[in-house]
Amino acid sequence: MSNDRASTSPQQSGRLQVDAASKRFGHVAALSDVSLSVAAGEFVTILGPSGSGKTTLLKVIAGFEIADQGRVLIDQADITELDPAQRNIGMVFQNYALFPHMSVARNIAYPLAMRGTPKAEIATRVKQALDMVELGGMAERLPKQLSGGQQQRVALARATVFQPRLLLLDEPFGALDRKLREQMQIEVRRLQRRLGLTTLFITHDQEEALVMSDRIAVMDKGRVLQVGPPNEIYEAPANPFVADFIGESNIFAGVVEADGGNLLRVRLEQGPVIEVAGRADLAAHRGQRVRVMVRPERFVDLAADQNSVWANRIDGRVTDSAYIGVSDKYRVVTAEGIDVLMRLPSGPSSRRYSAGEAIAAGFHAADARLIAVQ
Amino acid sequence: MSGPGRRRGAGAGRILLRFVCGLIFAFLMLPLVVLFPISFSSGSYLRFPPPGFSLRWYARYFDDPTWIDATWRSLQVGTATTVLALLIGIPLAFGLARGRFRGRSVIENGISAPIIVPHIVISIAIYGLFSKLGLIGEWYGIAVAHTVLALPFVVIVLLSGLRDFDTSLELAARGLGAGPFEAARTVTLPILAPSVYSAAFLAFITSFDELVVAMFISGANMTLPKKMFDSIMSEIEPTVAAVSAMQIVLISALLLLGTWLRRPVTAPLVR
Amino acid sequence: MTLASTTAPVASRAWLRPGPFALTLPALLLLTLLFMLPLVRLFSLSFTGGFGWYEKALTGGLYTVILYRTFEIAGIVTFFSFVIGYPVAFLLATTTPKWRAIGFAFVMLPLWTSVLVRTYAWMVLLGRNGIINRMLIDSGLLDTPLSLLNSRLAVILGMVHVMLPFMILPIYSALTRIDPDLPTAARGLGASALRILTTIYLPLSLRGIVAGVTLVFVVSLGFYITPALLGGGKVMMYAMVIEQQVREFLAWNFAGALSVILLAVTLVMFWLLNQGVARHLRD
Repeated sequence: MSNDRASTSPQQSGRLQVDAASKRFGHVAALSDVSLSVAAGEFVTILGPSGSGKTTLLKVIAGFEIADQGRVLIDQADITELDPAQRNIGMVFQNYALFPHMSVARNIAYPLAMRGTPKAEIATRVKQALDMVELGGMAERLPKQLSGGQQQRVALARATVFQPRLLLLDEPFGALDRKLREQMQIEVRRLQRRLGLTTLFITHDQEEALVMSDRIAVMDKGRVLQVGPPNEIYEAPANPFVADFIGESNIFAGVVEADGGNLLRVRLEQGPVIEVAGRADLAAHRGQRVRVMVRPERFVDLAADQNSVWANRIDGRVTDSAYIGVSDKYRVVTAEGIDVLMRLPSGPSSRRYSAGEAIAAGFHAADARLIAVQ
Repeated sequence: MSGPGRRRGAGAGRILLRFVCGLIFAFLMLPLVVLFPISFSSGSYLRFPPPGFSLRWYARYFDDPTWIDATWRSLQVGTATTVLALLIGIPLAFGLARGRFRGRSVIENGISAPIIVPHIVISIAIYGLFSKLGLIGEWYGIAVAHTVLALPFVVIVLLSGLRDFDTSLELAARGLGAGPFEAARTVTLPILAPSVYSAAFLAFITSFDELVVAMFISGANMTLPKKMFDSIMSEIEPTVAAVSAMQIVLISALLLLGTWLRRPVTAPLVR
Repeated sequence: MTLASTTAPVASRAWLRPGPFALTLPALLLLTLLFMLPLVRLFSLSFTGGFGWYEKALTGGLYTVILYRTFEIAGIVTFFSFVIGYPVAFLLATTTPKWRAIGFAFVMLPLWTSVLVRTYAWMVLLGRNGIINRMLIDSGLLDTPLSLLNSRLAVILGMVHVMLPFMILPIYSALTRIDPDLPTAARGLGASALRILTTIYLPLSLRGIVAGVTLVFVVSLGFYITPALLGGGKVMMYAMVIEQQVREFLAWNFAGALSVILLAVTLVMFWLLNQGVARHLRD
């Protein structure tokens, strides 16, 4: 696949490297010692809540802000202080930032005109770009005459027409409705693959991040907390913030009673003992306070599965239940007062519980993820 | 949207309000309207109703070189004031809108000082200085003095335009390969054009209508308002009415042009 | 790619250089040379020989009387501008877009017409042989013409005409910012039209009212053209005294003192009016 990419546009692939970048605004540290590298042609998402510093990181890469410390490199070349106009980075802004006084064609021609591209070549490349985003007939329209999705595509065409070495997308789908957003997610990804463009995508929407990315970097308070492929971020969050921010989770606090081998026995605050898989990168010893996460969908209804042996078992009463299509969502409280969120598969073969009913559920030690040790 | 709330027929209060406002609008327009019949009077002094129709007062204006000189001088001073006020005001507005430096708000407030300080005080202060420097009667001296008066309006209008301006457009242009001045030329200024037109119009009118400063520093080289003032003081004859009527027509035309350019000029202008 | 690594000292880490402050320098230069400097020069003249000129200005009966009268006229002009301006602003803010455009034309056209032209028009209207007298006599209501011109009434009329748009515009803009649901809600709760005016429109447009009142009052204090022409020398305002001292008597020191007093009064009133609204808005 990478060969395929290289043959279409060999000069485009850019490897981005952010090296220990820091940026302060007054007393606020917007970025603290952020390092990140994105391979040529890779699609990496920066995911974080607002104020996490993801936009600042984007601005530092685009050149709209300059890092106080650290470096930004593309293909080994230091661009930390380079003028934004010379970085060859395409960017799609949150509100698209289409020039309202220029036609669609002139918007797309803009970066080429700024580079002194000959008129005839501009015309053909603008046409290609318009065809690429399927807006062939819209060349002479003004941006305000287009729908949100069309504006989005124009912005995308403008950001890629000059074959940038890196594409930055700053929450570009925020203004679109759900259906259009899902469609654009697929389109952007397809376009990015076809052009082989190294892409950094910014969002606060975890679902979007999981769907689109090769890798996700989770940010909070100016720091990168974890970088990894979507499944790793979801299944194996490195810390409580990531566990909580991405998907739904049950987080239990307890004390390690035994730390033999790859298995920990943890006594929860409320009394019961559960078995938890150990982590090579996070040692937990007897007597230490730890936190453990279990995803709601990892519970199995023991009424439907009486044969297996379960390391952990939860007995409680359903306090709330909700039907959400693919699964049933339950809030369960145990006799010890532990509050647990479960998602059990729904369907004709599985039983439905209603509020007040007793329920027994099990989960594997491997599905109990150690996320913090104190 | 109609009145406060319901659309159903207007209440008695609303009818009264409309009637009162009609009277006030009449009061506002009366002095403007009244000049036209007078300006076409065939009488040799101000009389109403005019004894007959004639263009003699318009003819007198166009035949009298002192009137024409004064008009040209005012146009010249007004144009110079507009250019100067924009040359100084545009960078100032950018600095104030974009900068985060110490003393920014002091400068922003200080810039409107010429609106608050009575013009008579500014006038004699500048008169004193210009007498010392031998600048009395120089057209460019008047233009520079008028620039001080016009600058606050120019900056107020441009600042409000700049604050509505979406700066990500400028960043987009920079990121797409435009240098700082290239981005200003191709993106920022074209989008701000309506504000710049408004500011230019304000600056020109401020200078073209200004009397008090010109009264002191124009010396023998009178501007149009000074010539009109002298004419009003010395003889009550309808030439001034003709000049005024032409001014009103000109202003109306410019206002219509402004509306046509799709942005109403509503910023206030004092004196 | 020819992107040499530009590892310059941290101080150069800003492509925004010629900083925003530098952009304000031409304006600062202009205002310093042609605004601050002349004013300081004028004011310093007033202090030659101690405070004698101020003593003359503040104790001599004539000048304090004129100062008082200037205040009075500015106050009356402000009052009438408000009483006449509020309904117009209210109508403009609550009418249909078409009528709003027409109403605005009636407000803006006079605003853009020069003060001198408008004042002259009032002379034509109010003169002994002016239109108003003519009409009153022709209709048989009057035998001899009224002397309307060269009176305080004429000055106030002319000044209200000039200042009215400055009262209307800020009030209008404050009124348009009121959530249109509020008056509707109040009516639904049974409030009368008068109560809606006093409990919703007036308090919520206070900021605009104060802006209009401040502007009209402060500018009226320094008015020259209209009182000079419509008062015919019989209605003296402070600006006219200053002009007279400079032009007729070349009394720069005294004119300087009068200027300082006028400016001080103006600034104090400006500050007081703004202070008032600041306090009101905090409550």
